[in-house]
Amino acid sequence: MTDPVLSIRNLTVDIPGRYGTVRPVDGVSYDIAAGEILGVVGESGAGKSMAGNAVIGLLNRPAFISGGEIWLNGQRIDQLRGDTMRRLRGKQIGMVFQDPLTSLNPLLQVGEQLTETMLTHLDISKAEAEKRAVAALDEVGIPGAAERLNSYPHEFSGGMRQRVVIALALCAEPSLVIADEPTTALDVSVQAQIISLLRKLCRERGTAVMLITHDMGVIAEAADRVAVMYAGRLAELGPVRDVITDPSHPYTHGLMASTPLASRGKARLHQIPGAMPRLDAIPEGCAFNPRCPHARDKCRHDPRPEMGASNAACWFPLVGAEVL
Amino acid sequence: MALVRVQNLSRVFDVSKPWLNRVIERRSKSFLKAVSEVDFEIAERSTYALVGESGSGKSTIGRMLVGLLTPTEGNVEIEGVDLAHERDAARVEAVRADIQMIFQDPYASLNPRWRVRDIIVEPVAAKGGETKGLAEKLLEQVGLSAQDAGKFPHEFSGGQRQRICIARALASEPKLIVCDEPTSALDVSVQAQVLNLMSDLKDDFGLTYLLISHDLTVVQHMADRIGVLYLGRLVEEADPDTLFDDAKHPYTQMLLEAAPRMDGFGREVVPPEGEIPNPIDPPSGCAFHPRCPIAQQICQRERPRPRSLGTTRVACHLAE
Repeated sequence: MTDPVLSIRNLTVDIPGRYGTVRPVDGVSYDIAAGEILGVVGESGAGKSMAGNAVIGLLNRPAFISGGEIWLNGQRIDQLRGDTMRRLRGKQIGMVFQDPLTSLNPLLQVGEQLTETMLTHLDISKAEAEKRAVAALDEVGIPGAAERLNSYPHEFSGGMRQRVVIALALCAEPSLVIADEPTTALDVSVQAQIISLLRKLCRERGTAVMLITHDMGVIAEAADRVAVMYAGRLAELGPVRDVITDPSHPYTHGLMASTPLASRGKARLHQIPGAMPRLDAIPEGCAFNPRCPHARDKCRHDPRPEMGASNAACWFPLVGAEVL
Repeated sequence: MALVRVQNLSRVFDVSKPWLNRVIERRSKSFLKAVSEVDFEIAERSTYALVGESGSGKSTIGRMLVGLLTPTEGNVEIEGVDLAHERDAARVEAVRADIQMIFQDPYASLNPRWRVRDIIVEPVAAKGGETKGLAEKLLEQVGLSAQDAGKFPHEFSGGQRQRICIARALASEPKLIVCDEPTSALDVSVQAQVLNLMSDLKDDFGLTYLLISHDLTVVQHMADRIGVLYLGRLVEEADPDTLFDDAKHPYTQMLLEAAPRMDGFGREVVPPEGEIPNPIDPPSGCAFHPRCPIAQQICQRERPRPRSLGTTRVACHLAE
């Protein structure tokens, strides 16, 4: 197997505060290979976006990477600062955020935003950049690309705007794209268009994609592998089909079973009791033990379980606990 | 018996620029028809769901039901009283007390300066009712504890806040609760808790729900009857099993096909063409015809009337 594009090892993010330090990302490791889509799921506060922001170097102070390593194409990037990081980020990592309106500059025509990005990061002439901008808009399926170069972001609809953002993320030909809830603000029919576009681009260009979302349906359709996060830790990591249909971690099982889709024809939805713990009160041992129906003494007292031979960070992984 | 009867309901918004701009730019007034000739009935003690994408008019209908907006045309009858046109203030008042609403954003719909107790009893206190111990009782019914009554909204998580909103909606012992995207701001596991709570309360209190949602899976789980909206028009109405197994309207079929599935591993969806047209200038005839795979000439000319096909009601010339 070839080397992964992105490799995260034991990544830990800390936020120091007046009342002590909290740890929104705690010892997370995963790889993404070229042409692969890794889905990162979890509920709000699970640390999925925080891990993505750590990779791209966009942690807001006082949050900082307190441990672990991030490797991009064989280069260690977690210690890069300032200008070096900025160059690398623009060139090698593309980012797609949830809200397309706030990630485009409302005062610049989209053509200008595209060419500016390319001129900064690629060694090409202005004319060439403009030609590529048209090609980029065309590739993401914007009709009449050449005319739309002079349009401002507000002249596009939500779905078209998200396409522009994707074109922008891809125009410097990055090897990794981080898509943080790219379809959450969009309607179902437009969501299907964007997902299919992401998959097509990933397949054709061999770009590695980190797809961060809370929507299991989107993950099932788009991702090759999926990482499930809980309270800043990785709960389960594996091929999408295994994780969704036959989860090993009780949290994953609860999560999948509580979607209305999995309970078709049942009067009540499956319920996980309680709520995700606050970051300053993560339980001892396995973070999920107070809500886990299978928790035993070992889960409460031993140090937290590591990812073992099964895909799950659990002392007693489930076997044959089918959801669908 | 039908608790709610909506007939020929339309709502038009004036979205014109200020008159000076209109004079200078020589523009005429422009209007947006958010809801257009919608008919449906909600049976007592049932859940009626309205689904549709953004701009389909589902929230506008909900707001007209509770009286936050007045209909431009048509009427909403609740318990036989037409709220917009009834002259007898006492009758209107009596029906109003039977309607409550739960909003999408539990962060924005609770006053941050009020204690939970005051928030919950407000619908009763406003009418001068007896409120002693009411908040505590309701909090326990929605799965919080009586001690929470003295706290402020910021001390609760999103799911707990939505429970507070539900407690407030229950305070005046309503018959009908309009739920506008009640779980869209919540995580999946919390969503499951809130939906289960809503089902339980419906049985305990004999409630009727109008559930407004864009999430087909939630609607499928909760509803007894589903209405699908497109550009302010009701295009199809059916019970969940019929709708999900045998959708008649091409728009419903497209929507169901496009929705992501948990078992859709690597599914190659042919993504739907185009987007929702501008509602200020909707297409002629059937509003869906520019995106419809089976559209014919008649679809451009004539707006289809809803007609019955089995238990389904569908507004399409060609559906069969």
